[in-house]
This record gives sequence, structure tokens and C-alpha cells, in this order.
Amino acid sequence: MTQPEPAAAPAPVLALEEVTKSFGNVRALRGVSLRLHAGQAHALAGENGAGKSTLIKILAGVHGPDSGTVLLDGRPVSFAGPAGARDAGIAVIYQEPTLFADLSIAENIFMGRQPRRALGRIDHAAVREATAALMRRLGVDLDPDRPARGLSIADQQIVEIAKALSFDARVLIMDEPTAALTGTETARLFAVVDALRAEGAAVLFISHRLGEIFELCGSVTTLRDGALVATEDLDGLTEDDLVRRMVGRDLEELYPKQDTASGEPALTVRRLTREGVFHDVSFEVRRGEIVALAGLVGAGRSEVVQAVFGVDSADAGEVEVGGEKLRPGSPTAAMRAGVALVPEDRRQRGLVMEMSIERNIALTGLDRLGSAGVVRRTLERSRAADWAVRLQLKYGRLSDSVGVLSGGNQQKVVLAKWLATEPGVLIVDEPTRGIDVGTKAEVHRLLTALAADGIAVLMVSSDLPEVLGMADRVLVMHEGRLVASLPRAEATEESVMAAATGRSSEEAA
Amino acid sequence: MSTALDRQSQQPPQSPRPTDEKPGPRRSARSLTDLVFRVRELSIGGALALLIFGTWLANPGFLDDQGVKDLLLNSAILVLLATGQSVVVLTRNIDLSVGSVVGLTAFACGSFVSGTQHSAATVLLLGTGLGVLCGVLSGLLVSFGRVPALVVTLGMLYVIQGTGHVWAHGRQINAANVPEGVLRLGSGSVLGVPYLPLISALVLAATAYYLRTYRSGRELYAIGSNPEAARLAGIPIRRRVLGAYAFSGAVAGFAGALWLARFGTVVADAANGWELTVVSAVVVGGVAITGGVGTVWGAALGALLLTTIGSALVVLKVNPFWEQAITGALLLAAISTDRVVRSRTTEALRKRSRQ
Ligand SMILES: Nc1ncnc2c1ncn2[C@@H]1O[C@H](COP(=O)(O)OP(=O)(O)OP(=O)(O)O)[C@@H](O)[C@H]1O
Ligand SMILES: [Mg+2]
Repeated sequence: MTQPEPAAAPAPVLALEEVTKSFGNVRALRGVSLRLHAGQAHALAGENGAGKSTLIKILAGVHGPDSGTVLLDGRPVSFAGPAGARDAGIAVIYQEPTLFADLSIAENIFMGRQPRRALGRIDHAAVREATAALMRRLGVDLDPDRPARGLSIADQQIVEIAKALSFDARVLIMDEPTAALTGTETARLFAVVDALRAEGAAVLFISHRLGEIFELCGSVTTLRDGALVATEDLDGLTEDDLVRRMVGRDLEELYPKQDTASGEPALTVRRLTREGVFHDVSFEVRRGEIVALAGLVGAGRSEVVQAVFGVDSADAGEVEVGGEKLRPGSPTAAMRAGVALVPEDRRQRGLVMEMSIERNIALTGLDRLGSAGVVRRTLERSRAADWAVRLQLKYGRLSDSVGVLSGGNQQKVVLAKWLATEPGVLIVDEPTRGIDVGTKAEVHRLLTALAADGIAVLMVSSDLPEVLGMADRVLVMHEGRLVASLPRAEATEESVMAAATGRSSEEAA
Repeated sequence: MSTALDRQSQQPPQSPRPTDEKPGPRRSARSLTDLVFRVRELSIGGALALLIFGTWLANPGFLDDQGVKDLLLNSAILVLLATGQSVVVLTRNIDLSVGSVVGLTAFACGSFVSGTQHSAATVLLLGTGLGVLCGVLSGLLVSFGRVPALVVTLGMLYVIQGTGHVWAHGRQINAANVPEGVLRLGSGSVLGVPYLPLISALVLAATAYYLRTYRSGRELYAIGSNPEAARLAGIPIRRRVLGAYAFSGAVAGFAGALWLARFGTVVADAANGWELTVVSAVVVGGVAITGGVGTVWGAALGALLLTTIGSALVVLKVNPFWEQAITGALLLAAISTDRVVRSRTTEALRKRSRQ
């Protein structure tokens, strides 16, 4: 979507001048300037750890800058915490959903800002009504009264989005809001954001899906290693230009798929059913094959792989690994049989945030590293260092806690942790969520190499080009059912989307 | 390159999905969690009823006029303290100093009024004020000093106890010296219901209403549920936690004054050890010790249950040692069921995501 030319440069609503921020000896931002204008959408691009989230947190009043200034309507401000920025009309969607698990969705959205009746009493009905209205606006069917506990990552992100839209923001800041969303939700979000922008809101948008940047924004600022590379109009720029600015070099192929001969079935799933979630799901993954599981958010993809791995129990059906039946509902049994699951939700299931990077990587393979029950620290460290290099991890020290890494780098640690177990069947759920293009190519290369080594790979992904570029076979789910199994040659954007939205199944019926 | 999954712009993005399409899962997700909480309160209520009924069968005297009155009077102060404690526990903190605060304020109020004609209102005000002071002190250390709550309030417990000892020096307040008006507060009643449980019920109801209907009340839940998210939501965490401690202290001080009114004769370490009973009552009543979950109604039911067990054992002439054992067992049972129930509901809620 192209945008009107900036009219005679009005003063930016919100701006940063020469801002610097360090954490210990990590220099997250060095002298970065940024201007956000009313009615314009601006993008922020950069590799994992480039400092994007840090910049946003400074705009949001979470961090104060070490030096430099934040300007609101041209005047220097220093926000007294997130509340100060909020009161100034700045709405922020943070990269990691931060919800109150025990409270309802409605309360999560309006916490601290609930509509009130006389005497300051909360108007519960109004809160619920406003939430329902927001959900309608975003086109999702979430019950305002249900607790946030148990929401999928995508739904958590939707609640975060609703939170930011729930007040008349002059500035809307979004840190990878679409990372867990599929196209339908993304399109809805963009429609809503475009409407806000047309009403005069300034928008700052971060995404590792470069196509989205071109679709939503008019201009872009690129960061590399905390320093500003360029601020420019997107008109006349190509995705490759953007990548070059981010990475500082040309990028090799993003989908380096090798053709491999597939062997005997490594993972066989028969009639797997979980009441109310998915029904009668049967498929197999052969050695050396990469099978993608596609579908819209909420189609039940993650639920299926979790049931396969045994994190959730299934109500019916069976799973076989290498011809042996797997004990249902036992991740330990699955791991012993050589299955690894890289989960979608890194905060809840993937990582121990307080533990160090090396410990997190070593967690899954403790017995292999140990001798007589003692984990050999040197081994642990060398393995962690090994993986850190392979995945281009950006970190201070391996003994730092995982919690301080940037979002994409946390994802890399999750990957390393499971790849280190040298599995026979690798299940990855959104393996490149929040990962920058350079590393994405690296992860893809890794997956291909693993498959070439005879590993069976099952991949859940909301990134359609990734699905099409990497998979030997695409399984498509729609409302809890497996509706299509497309070989690589037949899988196109149209055929997959038709199946995912239930169109082809209707035709077939 | 990497674009989003599909380009569905041709489909009008604004058209909302019909929301009444699937009434099934929508309703049930809500009623499910409702049910969990109700089950908790219902089961405590049921246990309570069963206990009372059983004891009454064994000894009908348990439920005569005097018996009921005793039960109400005995539980009044514990219910009050459980209410205050809940507010602190909801924020993922704890206040172990309440027992000592009750003792100190009871003794202080007693010394103040001994041989004077001060009114009941003055005594209540004094007690509450003293309690607020103690609460604010703990609260400041926890919220602004960032010292763990367990350490701070344990320290406060000993400091206050020690102060009481030094001050009282073995003395006690005699009922004979306490003004008539104050004692009447402890023994009087309206329509046969003693004042004390009425006052507790009032404080309980007001607190429950506050927690449900005011922003700051909901923010206490938010803080306990996810402190990091609370910070990002701009909630003034430290002020809220300080407020919670001030409230807990106020209630404890208030309870101290009532203690004096009820017993007349008090010593400075009158309520030693109560903090643990209070915390047990709160947890048994369904307030999660990890914060963010529970209601003061549940906590009050827990307090009622623990008191009734104590009274029932006396009536049944069981060795009082069993009271502690039973309380402990209840506590463990409550915590383990909470664990199980929580993971089960999470499971169920995950299932009931959008479909
Ligand atoms: N609280 C913190 N303590 C220490 N280091 C931090 C902290 N927050 C961020 N960093 C470091 O600052 C750098 C920039 O991180 P930031 O989160 O801004 O990256 P990002 O551009 O958002 O990356 P991503 O695309 O992966 O989300 C990283 O090296 C990160 O490890
Ligand atoms: Mg980030």
C-alpha cells in the first residue's frame, strides 16, 4: 500500500534523537534517531539482536535512554514508566505476549483503564462489551470472559493487539505482531491498522517478514548491531535492498531445498483424535522427508504435533516411531524413541528463562553429557559454543541467562537445544518465528541437511513461502481435520490456501 | 520472499465472523472456570456443613444458642485476619506478622484505656492506626526495599513480639480496668447476633466488593498473576503492594482492638502463632499462595472451617493435638488439589481455544 507524500514535513509526533542504550557491555543502541509522523506507517528492520525491541522499549517508557532524547510533539520528554507513555497516547504491542493468565481476556485488555461508573466502580458490562467489539473488529471469535490461561500463542498475540487498539492511540507501536499469525489474521490486522493510520495515528512496525513491511509501511529505518544504517522511503526499494542493509551483504538462497530420496516410514500417525480439537488425523513421515503441516491459526496443527509428542494426550488413535508403537501421553517415551519437538511457545515450554544459555542447550541431553550423573561443564560449554556458532547466536557470554537475549536469539537457543539431541524424528513448530532472514536461511539449510542425513522432519509453519519452499509434502488442516496432502509439485499458494480455508474440501464433497 | 501465509485481501477483511456460530465452546469455556471456583467454595461449604452436622449428632449441645454464638465469636477474628491476609497473598506476597500485630495492639489498647473511660470507637481507631503503622513498615521494606516478603514479615514478627515482651514485662491487662463501653463491644449483640461476627462480615463484604469493582482491586490480582505484565501495563506495583500491607496491618490492628473488647484480659503475646493459622485458612479457602487467584469469600470459608474443626474437637473431647494435624492435612490437600485442578483447567481451556 503506498502512502501520500509527507506534506511539508510537519513536526514528528514522536521522535528519538541520538539515543544510546547499553546493557552491561552489550551496546544495544548507539546514537539512533527515528521520527514518527502522524498518518504514516514506518517500519523498523534489522537482524536478531539489532536493537529493535530495545528501541521500542525506550519509546514505551520501559527503559530510559543512556544518552539522547525522546521527543513528543517536538518537546523532550522522559516518561515515568510505561504508564507515562500510555497516557501520552502511545500504544505498544510487545514482542513477547505478557498476559495475566488468571484473568479474563477482557480484564487483560482493560487492566488499569476499565470504563467506570459513578464512584469509580468498574463497569463490568462495558468492559465485556468493548472487548467483544474489539474481537469483532479483529474478526476473531474469542470469548471475552475466558481466562488467558491456555490461549495459543497466536491468540495471545491477538489479545495483545486488541489491548493496543483499545484506546485512541496517537502512536501505535508493534513489535513483530504477526510472527504467530497466518495471512487471514494478518490481513485483518493490517486493515485495522490502515484505518487507524488514515485517522491520523503514527505507526511503527517491526517484522521479519519483509513482504509485510512493504505492504503496510511507507518508509523504513534499518538497524545493524545497534547502529542506524539508513532511513528511507520504501518506494523504489526491493526486498533484496532491505536485506543487504540489514545483513551488510547479499543473501544466499533462502530456501536451499535439496532433493532427497525418502526411505521407510519413520513416524506413522493413525486416526489420532482429540475430542473437540482434531479428528481422525492420519499421516506418515518418511526418513529423509520434510513434511509441512499447514493451515490457518486454530486449525489444530500445534495440537496435533503436541499429541504426537505426548505433551497432550489424545482420545483415540496411535503413533508409531520406526515401527514401534509409542506410549501415548509420555514425552519421555517419545524422546527415548528419538523424537524431538521444538515447541511453538518458547517462553512457556521451550526455555528456562532464568537459566544460562549453555544450561538451556544442555537440558535435553543431560544423560549424554553426564558421566556418573555429573554434567561435565566443559562438554556443556563446548557443545553450546558449537551451536551458537552454527546458528549465529548473538550473545554476551554463554553463562548469561536466556531471558536477556533478543526474541529471535531465544528462538535459536530453543532450536539448538533440540537439535543437540540428534533426533530421528524432528518435529518443529514455527521454527523460524521471529528469526531474521539471514538466520532463516541458515535454519532452512540445517533442516535440509538433517533430512539429507535421513532424519524425518515434520514442520508446522504459518509462513506459506517457507512451507512451499521447504516441504516435500504439504499436509493441510482445516478445522481439526486433515483435508489435503499435496506433493511438492502440486503445492502452490492457491492449492494450499484453498484447502486451508475449506474451499477444496467443499468442492470435493 | 517471506510473505505471510496467504494474501486474502480479496476477502473483505472487515466482515466479522459470525460470533453466535458456535455457542457450545464459548459458553463452556466460561462456565468451566466459573465452575472450578464454585466447586472450591462449594466443597469447603459442604465440608463445613458435614462437620457441623456430624458434631451436632454426637453432641446436640454443639448447636444450641450458646454453641452457635461461640462458633461465630471464635471465628470472627480469624475471618477478619484472613480477609486482610488474602489481599496480601493475592499480590504474591505474604504477611507473617499479623499474629504479633494483634497481640501488640491488643496490649497497647489495653494499656491505653485501663482505668479510663475512653469509648470503643477510640480504641478501634487506636488499634487500626497502630496496625497501619506496622503494615506500612513491612510494606515499605517489601515494595521499595525489595526484600523478600517472607524475610521482612518474619523479621517484623520477631521485632514486634520482642517489643511486646519488653514493654509488657510479664504484665497483663485486666478486664476489670477496661471500660464498660469497650467490653460491651465484645459481648453485646443485635437480634441475638454478636457484634463481632457482624463487624467481620461487614469488613469481608466491603473488601470483596472493593476487590471486584475497583481498578486498584483488580490490579492486585494482576500483580499476583504476572508481575512483569503488570509493570508493562503501567500498574504502580510498589504502591499497590504497600497498600495491601497497610490494609493487612490495619485489619490486624483492628482485630487487636476487638480482641481486647472480647477477652478484656490480655497479654502481649496473646495471638502468637496465629499467622500460620491465618495463612492456612487463606490457602485452604482457595487463594493461591502464588498470587492472582482466589476470593476473600473463600478465605473466610477457610477460616470458618478451621475454627469449626477446633471447636468440634473440643466438643467431641478429642485430643487438641489432632487439630494441628488436621489443619496440616487440609492444607496439603488444598494445595495439591489446586495443582491438579489448575493443570486440568489449563488443559481444558487449551482444548477450548478457538475452533
Ligand atoms: N534486559 C537486557 N539485559 C541485557 N541485554 C539485553 C537486554 N535486553 C536486550 N539485550 C541485548 O540487547 C541486544 C538487542 O536486543 P533487542 O531485543 O533490542 O533485539 P531485536 O532487534 O529486537 O532482535 P529480535 O529480532 O531477535 O527480536 C541483544 O544483544 C540483547 O541480548
Ligand atoms: Mg525484538
